[in-house]
Amino acid sequence: MCTYIVERTSVTGSAKGPHGWMPITSAVAAVDHPTHATLDHALIVDFLNPSSGPAARVAVELSVTSARELIACMQSALAAFEEAG
Amino acid sequence: MYEGMLAETVTVSGHGDDQIGAYLARPLGPGPYPGVLVIHHAPGWDEGTKEIARRFAYHGYLAISPNLYHRFGPDLAPDDAAAAARAGGWVGTEQFLGDAGGAISHLRGLPISNGKVGVIGYCSGGRQAFLTACELPVDAAVDCYGAFVASNPPSELPYPMHPVLDRAVSMSCPLLGLFGVEDKNPSQEEVAQIDAELSRLGKAHEFKSFENAGHSFFAVDRPAYRVEAAAEGWRLIFDFFSRHLA
Repeated sequence: MCTYIVERTSVTGSAKGPHGWMPITSAVAAVDHPTHATLDHALIVDFLNPSSGPAARVAVELSVTSARELIACMQSALAAFEEAG
Repeated sequence: MYEGMLAETVTVSGHGDDQIGAYLARPLGPGPYPGVLVIHHAPGWDEGTKEIARRFAYHGYLAISPNLYHRFGPDLAPDDAAAAARAGGWVGTEQFLGDAGGAISHLRGLPISNGKVGVIGYCSGGRQAFLTACELPVDAAVDCYGAFVASNPPSELPYPMHPVLDRAVSMSCPLLGLFGVEDKNPSQEEVAQIDAELSRLGKAHEFKSFENAGHSFFAVDRPAYRVEAAAEGWRLIFDFFSRHLA
């Protein structure tokens, strides 16, 4: 089904797309039908720079399992960084 | 079959008289031909949607699919437009009805139209096809596994969509509903609820739920594709439209 499950947040950083690096100011996370991944549903993450238009976007589509593994991986990396002070 | 066809992007007057893009596929003959409004799914005005329009043209229909995401950027790639819609809260009901109504008027205005227009939608477009049957002048409607016709989306999310079953009293044409038994949204319980309400209101409808199929069983490029259900579904669609749009 089309779930319409969407969460939005502001971010600070940069992303690299087909035209090189760009600043990004927001991110959208959805669990819905992907465009490219051969999955019925995927975690879809868009890193956006709305001031440059809707095409200023870096997108990923991950299976739910691999998305959870990536989230755990990122959490571990961040925890290790904070622990290192 | 109609092997000679013209398929192109045209401009139609949508909601608020906005000029929006629409993909029009039609046989090359003199007609007259019935029309079909093809509503694209939430992932956008994409290649698969336009392939469906061409399939209808091949079978002798004037098929039009308006770009419901046109206002997010008329020249955007379909996936970028869908991402913008996702970030921007999708498309509201009134805007959709204005755009769909404009596309229907465009079809009826074609000199090779026979004056009859049907509507078909898949997934989110299935719900919108149901809505179209209740609010706009069409002669037949096909809802392919439209979610949230009877049930509410999760309340904590800011959707511009609401259940549309309460509008069924205004349904002005026969409805064909095609569903998958394994689908969770719409579930078989929701399908039965819609079926019962249409029966109570005396609205002509034909429902078919396919075994071994879930959501998106028509989508040839997704794992959910089920060839038996899709093949029989297409047969039912063309039989239904031939009876009501000829």
